This record gives sequence, C-alpha cells and structure tokens, in this order.
Amino acid sequence: MKQLISFVKKEFNHILRDRRTMLVLFGMPVVQLIIFGFAITTEVRNAKIAILDNSKDGITQKLITRIESTEYFDVEHSIVSDQQIEEAFKSGKIKLAVVFQPNFQNELSHSNKAQIQIIADATDPNQATTLTNYISAVVMDYQNELIELNKPPLTIETELRMLYNPQLKGAYISVPGVMALILLLVSAMMTSISVVKEKELGTMEILLVSPMKPWLVIISKAIPYFILSIVNVITILLLSVLLLDMPINGSLFLLISMTILYILCALSLGLLISTVTNSQLAAMLISLVGLMLPVVMLSGYAFPIANMPDALQLLANFSPAKWFIIIIKNVMIKGVGIERIWKEMLVISGMTLIFILISIKRFKIRLQ
Amino acid sequence: MNAVEIKNIVKKYSKKKSSVTAVNNISFTVEEGELFGLLGPDGAGKSTIFRILTTLLLPDSGSATVLNYDIIKDWKEIRNIVGYMPGRFSLYQDLTVEENLEFFATVFNTTIQENYELVADIYKQLEPFKHRRAGKLSGGMKQKLALSCALIHKPKILFLDEPTTGVDPVSRKEFWEMLIRLKKQGISILVSTPYMDEANLCDRVALMQSGRILEIDTPQNIVNRFEKNLLAVRSGNMFNLLNDLRSIPQIESCFAFGDNHHVVIDETDFNSEDLKKYLISNGHSDISISSIEPTIEDCFMQLMKK
Repeated sequence: MKQLISFVKKEFNHILRDRRTMLVLFGMPVVQLIIFGFAITTEVRNAKIAILDNSKDGITQKLITRIESTEYFDVEHSIVSDQQIEEAFKSGKIKLAVVFQPNFQNELSHSNKAQIQIIADATDPNQATTLTNYISAVVMDYQNELIELNKPPLTIETELRMLYNPQLKGAYISVPGVMALILLLVSAMMTSISVVKEKELGTMEILLVSPMKPWLVIISKAIPYFILSIVNVITILLLSVLLLDMPINGSLFLLISMTILYILCALSLGLLISTVTNSQLAAMLISLVGLMLPVVMLSGYAFPIANMPDALQLLANFSPAKWFIIIIKNVMIKGVGIERIWKEMLVISGMTLIFILISIKRFKIRLQ
Repeated sequence: MNAVEIKNIVKKYSKKKSSVTAVNNISFTVEEGELFGLLGPDGAGKSTIFRILTTLLLPDSGSATVLNYDIIKDWKEIRNIVGYMPGRFSLYQDLTVEENLEFFATVFNTTIQENYELVADIYKQLEPFKHRRAGKLSGGMKQKLALSCALIHKPKILFLDEPTTGVDPVSRKEFWEMLIRLKKQGISILVSTPYMDEANLCDRVALMQSGRILEIDTPQNIVNRFEKNLLAVRSGNMFNLLNDLRSIPQIESCFAFGDNHHVVIDETDFNSEDLKKYLISNGHSDISISSIEPTIEDCFMQLMKK
C-alpha cells in the first residue's frame, strides 16, 4: 500500500511539474468544449440577404416585413438590381437573395400563382439548405394565412416538433462528443505515454528489478489519470450546464457511473497501447491516429453513422466512443434510465475486459 | 555459496535477418564479498550480462545463479535482493534528489532513515542539493545519486553497469572509493567499465571482447603474465613514429598510449639500441626509449590480437 501511495504521489509530481501535460489535461477540454459548443454551430443567425422586389405591392411588402422580422436574416437594403445581386454574391456580401416577380399580387389574385425566386450561395451547402428552408417556411406560413382567408376545401398541415432539442442547439451533439474525445485522450494517450516514458528513460528497468509487482506499477500509473479524468468530467459537465445550457435530464448518478466505465475502458486501452510500443512518439501516434480520428470521424460525433458506407459503419462499432456517445445522449438529453442503455453498457464493459486481458497477456516482466 | 555463477551463457539478438551474438558462451563466478570487474570496449557484451543476471533478459542457452537463486526460475527472489544501476542514468529527472531516493526506498519496502548508514557517505555529498531536480545535477552527482538509490534497500549484491562512464576523473576516483568501502561491508559487487585504469581497483577482472571472455584473473596476475618486452617510445614526430614503428617486422604491436607509443618487441635479434639506430636513420629526432612495466591495458591489447 505504501508503495502504491508513493508511486501515485510520484506520478502526480511528474504531471504537475510538466506544463505541457497540464495544458493538455486541463486547457484542452475547456477550449474544445467552448469552441465546439459556441463557435462551431449549424444554427444560422443574422445571415445577410438581399431582397429584390420587382412588384412593390401589398403582398410583397407584407412578406418582406415578415422576413425582416425574424432574427435569422439581416436584409441588405442597398441592393436594388440583378447586377448588384450577382456582384454581392461574388464578393460574399450576401448568402441569399429573394426575388419577387413583377406584378406579384396581380398574378396571384388572377391566376392563383405567383413566383418568388430564392437564390442561395451553396459554397457552404449546409448553410444554403438551412437558409432556404427558413425562407420557405416564412413564405409557406404567409400562404397558409391567405388560403385560410379564401376558405379552400382541403388542406394538410404539417406540424414540426423537434424533440429533445427544440432549439436545435449545437451543444447537444458537441458535449457528448467532446466528452468522449477528451476522456479517451486523457486516459488512453496520457497513460500510455507515461508508461512508455518509463521504458524510454530506462527507469522501467529499475522498477522491474525491484520487489514491486509489475501489475502494481501499472495500476499506480493509471490511478492519477483516472482521478484527473474525473476532474475533467466534472469540469465539462459544469461548463455544459452553466455555460451551454445543456440539461441533465437523466440521473446524474447513472451519468457519472457510465462515464467512469468509459474512463476505465480508455485506461485499459492506454495500457494496451503501452504494451505494444516502446517509444513515446509511437504511443502518441497510435493514440492520435488510432483513437482520436475514429472518435471524430466514426463515432457519430462529426458525421452521422447512418450515412456512412457499410464498411465504415461496421468499423464504427469497434470504437468505444460510439457507444459512449449513445449512452451520454440518452441519459443527458433524453433522460432515459439504465433499461435503455444496458446494451451499450455491456459493449463498453466487454471491450474493457478484452483490453485488460490482452494487456495482461502482453505485459512483459522482462525487457523485450 | 557464490555471489554469481554463470555457466555457458549465450545470448543472441536477432533483428530481421541478421543476428548478433552479444554474449558467446561465457562462464565465470563471482565470490561472495568480491569486487569483480567486467572490462571491455563498447559492444563487448557487458550490459547483456548485467541484464541476464538481473533477470531482465533470458539467455538463449546456459544457466546462471545469483546467490544460489536461478535467474530463470527464481526471478522474483533475485529482484528482491539485488541492487541494479543500469548503464544509462535511469532516475526521474523531474524529481528532486530527495524525492528520487525516497521513492526508490518505498519501492523497495524500506525508508531512507532505516538504511541511512549505508548510503550516508555518498548521500552526505548530495544533501546540500537535495531539493535540486535530478536532471540538473552534474554527471558525477547523478551517478552518486543513482548508486544511493541502488543501495537504499541494503542489497546483498550490487550490479553496476558502467557507473563511471562520462564522469570526471575526480568523481570517478571518489566513486571507486565508495565501492571499496561498500565491499568492506560485505556487499558483493559486479561492476563493468571501459576504463582500464579502474581494473586495478577490482579483486578480479574479466577482460571481454565481442561477447567472449579473453581472460579472468586478479589484475596483478594478468599483468604478471605479460611475458613480452614492452617499450615506451617517443620522438619529435609522434604520428610518423607510429607508422614507422608499425612497419618494423620485429615489432609485434604498437599503440599510441598517452604521451608515448607502447611497443611490444621481440628482443631476440632486435633490441632498443637497434630500434634507436633505425629511427634516427628514418629522420626522427629527440628519441626516447625506455623499458616499462605493462598495465592492464597493454595486456588487453595483447590479448585482443590473439
């Protein structure tokens, strides 16, 4: 026991005395969460648009007022001709233009049909889609009002409800993603680097030629990173709730215990990495390429898994992050209980067990 | 009981297709309480022997025991009783002197206080710097700290792999004085070094080259066994002198050795007088030739030629 305490104390000294490690451990989670939560978001606000009204009648005026009154658009009033619109798109001044046909109201009342052209800058397809949808929604709304006045025989109304995330906040996807990423990096990468560092410095040689049991060495290496990961989880959760207005709809206890399970999984993965490499650089590369990329690409954090080719979908199943993100979304946002996530929990537990077994099998009590 | 017994140990390192024999059928024993030196250049196989004896490597064939414990079967016991100082500095550079010593004391289930006496001589020199990070110590200080850490659990046998490499001459001398003091306390010591002058401080030495042992004996006996005549030769132009000496058929070998060239000569039909005449005729001036007693290094050079 004394050995263990002394070893953990030593390990904390290493971490606390290395500024770069401290920065990775505590700076990265905060920065990532804020960047992903705030800056990178698919919500559109105050997009610059132009409106070219070739009709200037009562209906177009009403429509323009409605468009202007939403917080999504910022109408550029200086643009009054086709040429100017083209110029404005080229210079990037506007993202979207609305063009009303001449005699809009007349056409509408006489032939029951009038045209609005919506032109969007699709260099960013996602934004273009979002913007055109917003505009269409405004126009549809107004059209429905007109129809009601004319008492048509039949109408079908669609009513949209965005469940769990009615405001479509970006934080709802970024918080689980950042948690999965940070915990994997801190636990797996930092642990594997710190074990491999002992090999590289030659101190492992002395530790092996000592009465200290090899598994005790490994456990002592993992404990500090376990504690630091917990600190990170608390920081991330506090930031999410206080700064990003994320709800914690499910049980906090369940959330924390699932996170601890995931940390254990990441730690065992780190130990596995440390048994197959002998240099810090290799450990770091394996962690970054082998862990971080799949988390970002394949966990459903950046791109929806359902849209991937079958082979990648299959591959995604091997990333513990995928399962963890599912659990976190379910518990935090949907507020479900263990009865809905036990399958994912079993997958992560199984992975942890396999990683530990391979690590034990591969751990060398000798050099080479 | 012998401190170390090695029998016919062979260890090969294989890298892809080529394999290097690091230790080639080596046998020797170190008696209890003995200060035994492994002498040889880099690549002689010294570190491999240390790693085999400290149970870090398995030999390809042969057997060895440390204090009657088998290195393969009883690796756990051996790891409890030996003190090991690897070839390169292997302490935590970002921990202070005191933290390093404390850490290794706990790892070996003891405390600094418990065995302070054993390391006192060495540690007293380090104490003024005990709050300094180990990485900021001088080379000699680092080695003294490493020795303290290897000693703190009162090992029955010490394995020191090139403890004085890269250390200044004064610190080297102090270090060896410590080893001799430790020996007096009954600790068996196996030490390796590339410095031939340190051999005289050992009870017995094994001269090693390319994985083989050339000779094992006390330093005195090894020197006594040198039968050839040895001359120290000097002249105004040392570089040409070396080439000229080597071109003389009666000269068995000639090596640069500090200020002089050491020359092994077959004196039956060629003595120092003949040599002097020959050198003068080759344009050398300020020639000095004197007969000298061989050192371990001379013996080593002679043995390497065989």
